[in-house]
Amino acid sequence: MTRFSALSLFIKALGGHQSWPEQWPDAAPKPAYDAIIVGGGGHGLGAAYYLAKKYGITNVAVIEKGWIGGGNTGRNTTIIRSNYLYDESAHLYDHAVKLWDGLSQELNYNTMYSKRGVMMLAHNVHDVQSFKRHIHANRLNGVDNEWLTPEEAKAYCPPLNISSDARHPVLGAALQRRGGTARHDTVAWGYARAAAALGVDIIQNCAVTGIRRGADGAIEGVETTRGYIASKRVGVSAAGNTSVIMQMAGLDFPLESYPLQALVSEPIKPVFPCVVMSNTVHAYMSQSDKGELVIGAGTDQYVSYSQRGALHIVEHTLAAICEIFPIFRRMRMLRTWGGIVDVTPDRSPILGKTPVQGLYVNCGWGTGGFKATPGAGDLLAYTMAKDEPHRINAPFNLDRFRNGRLIDEAAAAAVAH
Amino acid sequence: MILIHCPYCDEKRAELEFAYAGQAHIARPLDPSALSDEEWETYLFIRNNPRGRHHERWRHIHGCGRFFNAVRDTVTDKFETTYKAGEPRK
Repeated sequence: MTRFSALSLFIKALGGHQSWPEQWPDAAPKPAYDAIIVGGGGHGLGAAYYLAKKYGITNVAVIEKGWIGGGNTGRNTTIIRSNYLYDESAHLYDHAVKLWDGLSQELNYNTMYSKRGVMMLAHNVHDVQSFKRHIHANRLNGVDNEWLTPEEAKAYCPPLNISSDARHPVLGAALQRRGGTARHDTVAWGYARAAAALGVDIIQNCAVTGIRRGADGAIEGVETTRGYIASKRVGVSAAGNTSVIMQMAGLDFPLESYPLQALVSEPIKPVFPCVVMSNTVHAYMSQSDKGELVIGAGTDQYVSYSQRGALHIVEHTLAAICEIFPIFRRMRMLRTWGGIVDVTPDRSPILGKTPVQGLYVNCGWGTGGFKATPGAGDLLAYTMAKDEPHRINAPFNLDRFRNGRLIDEAAAAAVAH
Repeated sequence: MILIHCPYCDEKRAELEFAYAGQAHIARPLDPSALSDEEWETYLFIRNNPRGRHHERWRHIHGCGRFFNAVRDTVTDKFETTYKAGEPRK
């Protein structure tokens, strides 16, 4: 593996960048591994990387039914923030934000993490009260979040319409300056490259078709479209398809899979300096380094695995965007797409052990899993290596739906997470 | 946009007129206080979430306002059938 540096870029530039080798090998499955990760998105690849890097477990396979980063990792709107209300959530998401810092250096791969700030708009009195409560709760947890007046919000994001007769008046905003965006593909590629360099096999086009359990009920391995692979430890990080895989192990999960849509505009010059979210009108937006406006919508209403949604959801979002940012009314949209998000009843993830010995799960991130990528990978690796959850992910267990210790972020953060 | 047949109005109408109402045929417990924690968990939180045939409830909220059941394929989003509430599972 060539290490990226100014010197290596210069030398390769002399040859017209024609001589870069492949960044990681396309591995074929071996008969057995010490650990298997199901799902080659950012979370799964991150878990494989941290298993190898922190815990010395390098005989690991990541198996992916499609191509790596082709699921929700490549379909989200790349927003990173940690301004969650409850202590458990704030610790979990802030753990990830801390890992985003320095991730490019650690992986020697530019993830383009940009702390441009995430601003959440308050459109009514309830929003104002709720956001101020968030700000105080965040401050107590050491998470930065501050209140902006409408004028300060406009100064931070000039395209914003703060006139008092607007359809969605802006009464203020909560700003997390450490929030921002990253380039989602490079997160998957960076983890894949770094994990492969430590000995992890990354196996694409390999769908799990069954889970084999021994006489004692413990995991023995997985059946795949490329043959049986034995392993005593299997971590499932399969987002919208988690229910399907858990059914193979005989487990029913408290998950529902919904399509979540996003879209991008034609590329334009830099005009939008931060991320703006409006939970009340179900719209959020940022501008990518390519210049496209990246816009996210709410979920479709029905359970689906189709990876596409209805146009009226997009229309609803764009109507709100045009009201809040009149400057963009004549923009043309280039592409829309959908990803399948796995939503739990309390809108918080499930990250930990399962009733099956040797089977671990990282799921339920719903509409906001990208921001957690490094944290979820790190904590899944910890849980698999130690066979017990880290104290950060311990509250996010499966038992909470039986004992009632829910982490009910749904009421706190409306639709957008 | 999906077109949905309302079994009460006997008409195919646009999805915008309807509200999805979750998995169908979940029976409310007759004696709630007798339920164990596991049974409560199953009743409240565990859902089928299948890749394929799904029994689900819809409500014709901007029409007759009534709930009905449907069978839909969750991979193609194609409706197999819709039927009135109270009719046996199809």
